[in-house]
Amino acid sequence: MSAKEEILSRIRSALSDAPVAEETPREYRTSSQMPEEELIELLVDRLIDYKAGVEVINSAQIPEFVAAKLKDANSVVYPHGLEQRWLSELPTGITQIPDAPGARLSVAQLDATSAVVTSSQVSIAESGTIILDGEPNQGRRAISLVPDHHLCIVPVSSIVRLLPEAMVRLTITRPLTWISGPSATSDIELERVEGVHGPRTLDVLLVRGL
Amino acid sequence: MRIALFATCIVDAMYPETAKSTVKILERLGHEVVFPKAQACCGQMHINSGYMPEALPVVENHINAFDTDDYDVAVAPSGSCVASVKHQHPILAERLGKPELKERAIAVGKRTYELSQLLVDVLGITNAAEQLGSYFPDTITYHPSCHGMRSLKLGDRQLDLLKTVGGITVEELPEADQCCGFGGTFSIKNADVSSAMLEDKMKNICSTGASACAGGDASCLMHIGGGLSRTGAKPKTLHLADILASTMEETVTL
Amino acid sequence: MTQVFLGMPAPGHGNLFEEEPFPQAAHRELGNTQMRKNLRHATHTIRDKRLKVVGELPDWEQLRDAGAAIKNNAMANLEELLLQFEKNFIARGGIVHWARDASEANKIVTQLVKDTGSTEVVKVKSMATQEIGLNEHLETEGISAFETDLAELIVQLGHDKPSHILVPAIHKNRTQVRDIFLQEMPEVDPNLTDDPSKLADAARTHLRKKFLAAKVAISGANFALADTGTLGVVESEGNGRMCLTLPETLITVMGIEKVLPQWEDLEVFMQLLPRSSTGERMNPYTSLWTGASADDGPRNVHIVLLDNGRTRALSDRFGRTALNCIRCSACMNVCPVYERTGGHAYGSTYPGPIGAILSPLMTGIEAEDNGSLPYASSLCGACYDACPVKINIPEILVHLRGEDVDTKRETHKIPTQMDLLMKGGSWALGKGKNIGLLEKALPLGRLMAGKDKKIKKLPGIAAGWTQSRDIPAPPNKSFRDWWSDQKESK
Repeated sequence: MSAKEEILSRIRSALSDAPVAEETPREYRTSSQMPEEELIELLVDRLIDYKAGVEVINSAQIPEFVAAKLKDANSVVYPHGLEQRWLSELPTGITQIPDAPGARLSVAQLDATSAVVTSSQVSIAESGTIILDGEPNQGRRAISLVPDHHLCIVPVSSIVRLLPEAMVRLTITRPLTWISGPSATSDIELERVEGVHGPRTLDVLLVRGL
Repeated sequence: MRIALFATCIVDAMYPETAKSTVKILERLGHEVVFPKAQACCGQMHINSGYMPEALPVVENHINAFDTDDYDVAVAPSGSCVASVKHQHPILAERLGKPELKERAIAVGKRTYELSQLLVDVLGITNAAEQLGSYFPDTITYHPSCHGMRSLKLGDRQLDLLKTVGGITVEELPEADQCCGFGGTFSIKNADVSSAMLEDKMKNICSTGASACAGGDASCLMHIGGGLSRTGAKPKTLHLADILASTMEETVTL
Repeated sequence: MTQVFLGMPAPGHGNLFEEEPFPQAAHRELGNTQMRKNLRHATHTIRDKRLKVVGELPDWEQLRDAGAAIKNNAMANLEELLLQFEKNFIARGGIVHWARDASEANKIVTQLVKDTGSTEVVKVKSMATQEIGLNEHLETEGISAFETDLAELIVQLGHDKPSHILVPAIHKNRTQVRDIFLQEMPEVDPNLTDDPSKLADAARTHLRKKFLAAKVAISGANFALADTGTLGVVESEGNGRMCLTLPETLITVMGIEKVLPQWEDLEVFMQLLPRSSTGERMNPYTSLWTGASADDGPRNVHIVLLDNGRTRALSDRFGRTALNCIRCSACMNVCPVYERTGGHAYGSTYPGPIGAILSPLMTGIEAEDNGSLPYASSLCGACYDACPVKINIPEILVHLRGEDVDTKRETHKIPTQMDLLMKGGSWALGKGKNIGLLEKALPLGRLMAGKDKKIKKLPGIAAGWTQSRDIPAPPNKSFRDWWSDQKESK
């Protein structure tokens, strides 16, 4: 008997009393109505609580704020599908490096890059969570991980209040990264401190009209 | 109403005053109290110690004693014993393959109330001084026993009753929701951990400056009281029923 | 030795055993005052945080109900869900392995690592690999495993054992962590302080090169989604993302009970888990991957589906809900026993209330001293209240005590004191007239008391009581007798 056959046979034997589980009650909140301004306020509150930097801006202001947030960077990596306009006001001294299919940066190159700019797919106000799903404007997972500073663009239209509302906007089989603040740990005395292996700085631009 | 008193074995044998207090309170409200003499114990000690076949005669005896039409509701001055009657008896019957006993256990459980449950939910007591004449001119603190708090979800019923006793001062107990460490045979089998839990409970009780720690379970109170007695600490322990039964004319003393 | 039949649930092996009776282990651990201080501080910190974030959700109880029902359904349909998961995982380019027990899983993982030619692996914190003793096994095969979670790193560098499922180094305080780093990290700044953010920085520097160079990573998984073949890891530090994203080969070891029926179920567990474990609204990072992606992350993606006693637990109809555990650690954080003894007292990888049921369910109650674990509880019920999937831990503890007593009944030739006490108690408390008869002797009990009306020393097993508590002298007359005298003479 193969291990698989044996384990499956054990399961059948273990369940020989044929337990019937009750149908799953889904009486938790799956939809909500919250005015856009309150959604923004809630998400900002959560992100600040996680010690992320947050600005609420208009889409026209993106280049200006990207430049301001990245002023101390030496180099910036961006996914090939990111809107080029967003990086248009970056000072010329900052190297802009695209990560594109067929022209992927090595891990060492990513490590030598000071920052990354990505967009995002959907954000959950109630838990302060931003979800990246590998779309061309978000890139593969490594680029938003290795550089120490992540600047993330969150269109206001992509904010929902509840986690179940975000689920329906996701394709679950894509490589997903859910981000709630900069990297952190509670491993010493169960007190949270920010900044471990993932980006130690997370800046979020919440953009109206995007 | 005709109310059957389930005294519980520990109160019957060790703290008869608490059972008498329970009777007094209910009679004061004009109810008739009966004491089914076949009763002995809920069997919790056996069940919680893992002695299921040995628990069976005890549980059967309880069900036989209380599965009668001779009363309207049953009451016990103990959250733990009531939780056992309501939750453990049906499970034991199922485990030992006695479906008929299980049904009877459920029926008895439905009619059985912890004292504060009965007073608040069934008899509508919201003010002990006014409705029961309760009077206790001293400072107490209150320990909510685990099974009453978590299994029966008594909430603040006991505490609210105590707060409305005439002349009383109730000091809040720090970390009140923490177990005192009794746990039946846990206090013997894991005596060291139990004692460590008790130590913290006593520290918190003493920090309130109260003369007594009140509670709704004689067993936990025996545990806490036994520890306080051993360390020579000032506070005593007192059952909720004894405080509620205390009046201006007949005041309970520590 | 229990005989094992092919195809029948078999006991688990590995780090699942209490090696001495719990009271003995607890006695020793209670003597460690520094550890007790550390644990008290950490558990009380997390209790307050958990209550705050749980209180924010108006539908917390509905989420718990859904979580419990999803898990019950998953267990009831486990075979079908595992097959569905396997099919979907393979369709997405993943490779599935099945392991009956710890040693089989260790062999599979070792061979997979050897096939890559690598002699080093980076690891994401994983209870399953802790349970099977994977690191130790890899070491004997010449493969070095580097733990990358901060607390796991502290334990590994300190040559210590984990004592908590979420924060394995919970028994160490910041100063002790600093001392371990100073001693074990050759490159560390000798002026390192015990500021937790500085310690986190030191861990970052220590592991950075390992992450960037790693060819093989080993992870656990918080859940597997049957309908899509997706795996998920929930973490905080980014060490998980490093391991799951950068290496060429990813090997995940996961217990078979982690499979969930459908991807929508995530919306329940991703609300329950972070709030219950670290007391956060959401953990900093969650990674989800479905097989191997063409251009993103590891090219070789394996999963080892592990039984190791899980089917044994599943076969216990009064205990199987223990498999619903999502390893949040809320039960141990609120447990008054765990708070005082720490996790080492439980012997197994799984400490605290859930460990006290899970370990004996997976190994059998008769294994080593696992029969002493279900008694490591005052049955206060704080664990049940805190459990996000509503595992009735106190009820299962009591059930397993019954199993323990029944098992020992067969092996004990001479009844123990407890056996005799319970036997006698069964007679005495089995009839109103029996207890009534005994109560006639209450005045005799008064003779045992001193002048101060206290009983200060009892013999035999009851001595455990009088080590720290008195017993009041019994009354002259029971309530029963008083009732007969007063009420029935009228």
